[in-house]
Amino acid sequence: MLDAPSTHITSVFAPASTSARAIYDLSLFVLAVTAVIFVIVGSLLLYSIVRFRHRAADAGREPAQVYGSTQIELAWTVIPVLIVVVLFLATARVIHGIQDAPKPPTAVEVIAIGHQFWWEFRYPKLGIVTANELHIPVSDPPRSVPTYLTLLSADTDHSFWIPELAGKTDLIPNRVNEMWMDPQRTGVFLGQCAQYCGTQHAKMLLRVVVDSAEDFEAWTRTQRLSAPQDHEVMAGRRVFETTACMNCHAVGGTAANGLFGPDLTHLMSRHTIASGAAENTRENLRLWIENPEALKPGSLMPAMKLTDAELDALVRYLETLR
Amino acid sequence: MSSPATAIRQTEVLDQPWVETLHQWVTTVDHKRVGILYILYALVFLVIGGIEAVTIRIQLMSPHNDFVSPQVFNRMFTMHGTTMIFFVAMPILFGFGNYLVPLMIGARDMAFPRLNAFSFWLSALSGFLLYFSFLGGSGLYGAGSAPDMGWWAYAPLAARAFSPGSSADYWTIAVLVSGFGSIGTAVNLIATILCMRCPGMTLGRMPLLSWLYLTMSGLALIGITPLSAAQLMLLVDRYLGGHFFDTQAGGSATLWMHFFWIFGHPEVYILVIPAFAFISEIIPVFSRKPIFGYPVMVAATVCIAFVSMSVWAHHMFTIGMNSYANSFFAITTMAVGVPTGIKIFNWLGTMWGGRIQFKTPMLFSIAFLFQFLIAGLTGIIQAAVPFDWQLSLSYFVVAHFHYVIVGGILFALFAAFYYWYPKVTGRMLSERLGKLHFWLFVIGFHLCFDVMHIPGLLGMPRRIYTYEPGRGWDTLNLIVTIGAFIQGIAVLVFLWNLIVSCWKGAEAGNDPWDAWTLEWSVSSPPPAYNFASIPRVASRRPLWDRKHPEDPDSRYE
Repeated sequence: MLDAPSTHITSVFAPASTSARAIYDLSLFVLAVTAVIFVIVGSLLLYSIVRFRHRAADAGREPAQVYGSTQIELAWTVIPVLIVVVLFLATARVIHGIQDAPKPPTAVEVIAIGHQFWWEFRYPKLGIVTANELHIPVSDPPRSVPTYLTLLSADTDHSFWIPELAGKTDLIPNRVNEMWMDPQRTGVFLGQCAQYCGTQHAKMLLRVVVDSAEDFEAWTRTQRLSAPQDHEVMAGRRVFETTACMNCHAVGGTAANGLFGPDLTHLMSRHTIASGAAENTRENLRLWIENPEALKPGSLMPAMKLTDAELDALVRYLETLR
Repeated sequence: MSSPATAIRQTEVLDQPWVETLHQWVTTVDHKRVGILYILYALVFLVIGGIEAVTIRIQLMSPHNDFVSPQVFNRMFTMHGTTMIFFVAMPILFGFGNYLVPLMIGARDMAFPRLNAFSFWLSALSGFLLYFSFLGGSGLYGAGSAPDMGWWAYAPLAARAFSPGSSADYWTIAVLVSGFGSIGTAVNLIATILCMRCPGMTLGRMPLLSWLYLTMSGLALIGITPLSAAQLMLLVDRYLGGHFFDTQAGGSATLWMHFFWIFGHPEVYILVIPAFAFISEIIPVFSRKPIFGYPVMVAATVCIAFVSMSVWAHHMFTIGMNSYANSFFAITTMAVGVPTGIKIFNWLGTMWGGRIQFKTPMLFSIAFLFQFLIAGLTGIIQAAVPFDWQLSLSYFVVAHFHYVIVGGILFALFAAFYYWYPKVTGRMLSERLGKLHFWLFVIGFHLCFDVMHIPGLLGMPRRIYTYEPGRGWDTLNLIVTIGAFIQGIAVLVFLWNLIVSCWKGAEAGNDPWDAWTLEWSVSSPPPAYNFASIPRVASRRPLWDRKHPEDPDSRYE
């Protein structure tokens, strides 16, 4: 098997942003209430099974025939109603707090577009286009820099889910959705497409890289540059521009401006390829171009039937796209 | 009951050629035979859907497993969902309703026997159509594949751009046709229950099962119609250039979601209300007490039916509805918990002070109570919308609804099988095999579906054919798969029991459980046309009145 990108456990009970924490607090409350209900009703059930089991001495006799009791019915109607009211109020408060949060002027804006089976990220204010690995700045409590995402889809339904940072929101064609997150520590956060979107729904992985303010600044600077023009890899660039690669992929500063696949201008700045299916190494890159089916069966990238020499040249060219 | 029912003499010739028997079964309009056909048909699909489930579980047993390709995996979960809902749960519940309702209300058949047979054969055809896609789904014979768009067929995945070929059409037409069959049977059940009750059986004296089937049928009429409409619209999109759901031409993907779930949520109650019906008949008999709070049980059921029509968008909390819509569906969803809770309390009240006999039907009913309690509570948990933004579309949801459907509905069905099998065949199911089946299934169920909640909490989405190692999902998925296998073995024990007991089971007699409703007053199996003379009842428990003339129920109701 290929080198898989490094992974770690992503629990909904390990929140790292304001909204994820609000959800976590609500979840503890709801879990506690339902656990109490379970213990009470479950114990009553268990007690009645043991206490009222048929005994040999009962043979032939029927127990007292009881048809009901209005008082008891009333009690076990009113109490659940009260519990529901309390749960609802707690829920509505968090819904409002997350969904109706005003967008601060400092917010970073990103347009996320779901594709079969990868993510496109556009930063309209910064002029950056990237794929699959979303870079956002950390949002320390004193200096709050939340990221607001506008969610769109180019084809089928998808869903954006980073359990530690926020609940999921769908990306639906012909519809504009929004969500926000304000991660409070730096690091790589894993997630993936949560709404079934087609054959390779499983390998539509998602990485959110939360950078410190300085790192994010540095990242945006490099991402805004055009691809370097390196004459040593002209052969590979020619392969890229004369086969169908450039119909789908864009490389800034060159004639390649395809929109169907990920923007490759800074391909080598990403740790993974094929939407997180494999680590971004020379071998994986070569295999991915040679035969995408081997890495991600059902992916929409076709095998271009390149010769070994063309493949090597192409990979050398791609490796200059930093 | 004033007149003891005498059986109509069996006029059937016993030594007839098998072709004749087959012909009689195929052309039958007898509610009992149609009921049995429904049940057998559903059992066949239960095995098929089970094989699909096991395929899914083997694939997910370990990370990067390549037991099946992603394409096959996607077809498996699509077919598993569609099969289990439309071709197992619906027909098997209609089958029990068909068999039991006329017997329990003292009628000789359903109101419309020919419609009844027609509805069954429509359902049978639809199952065949769906599975024919394996052969002809790409339009050429032998060049087919099953649909792979998920059993919700969300737009635009079901559009021609994303589902070329005909397999999506086989799915659409199969669901449409099975919907017509369900509507036919629902109309029939409603007419039967409202018009065919025996003298003395007022609405307030019907066995709870009849009330629940009446409610369920009403809900089926309301729920299945929008689904059928949506299927027609999808066909218009696919073949006549319509743009209802075609997002590339300005259609709406969320419109399909609303259509689908305004069917899909009532559907949950269409399935679970008959399960409640079985439990409401079985728990009293094995606790030796009448059902506690009969009028409240009826009211709670009708209340569930009404509220269940206003909760559909809780399947869609992640689609970006505004905060008011989300709050509305949160409160309606939580509100369903109240009447459902009342039902659980009343079953508990029925057992309280009783003399509980732990026969196999009762074991399954008790397990039902525990599991349905948990399923209801995880439902409440997901009604807390923000938490659902985490849980929705994850394995937590998959675990939750399997808890409802397997832990609730299937357990109730097993209880019903053990309870009414003696009536249907005249022979008892083996208690020994029954207990083996019960314990295996309980262990398998809990290994599988308790554990399945956890990967969801750790970020595992549903419908993925494989996953990366190191996310904490590996061991959990292995345990789930082991649980699935144990349940599979338990079902084989059950099927074996069904087959062997048909010949080797102990003679049941008319009333093996010392029960109280009218079906136990006739022979086992009941004769053609059920009752020689139509019974007359004076209370909810006519056989109790007959067995205890000194202290009849009619004195207290």
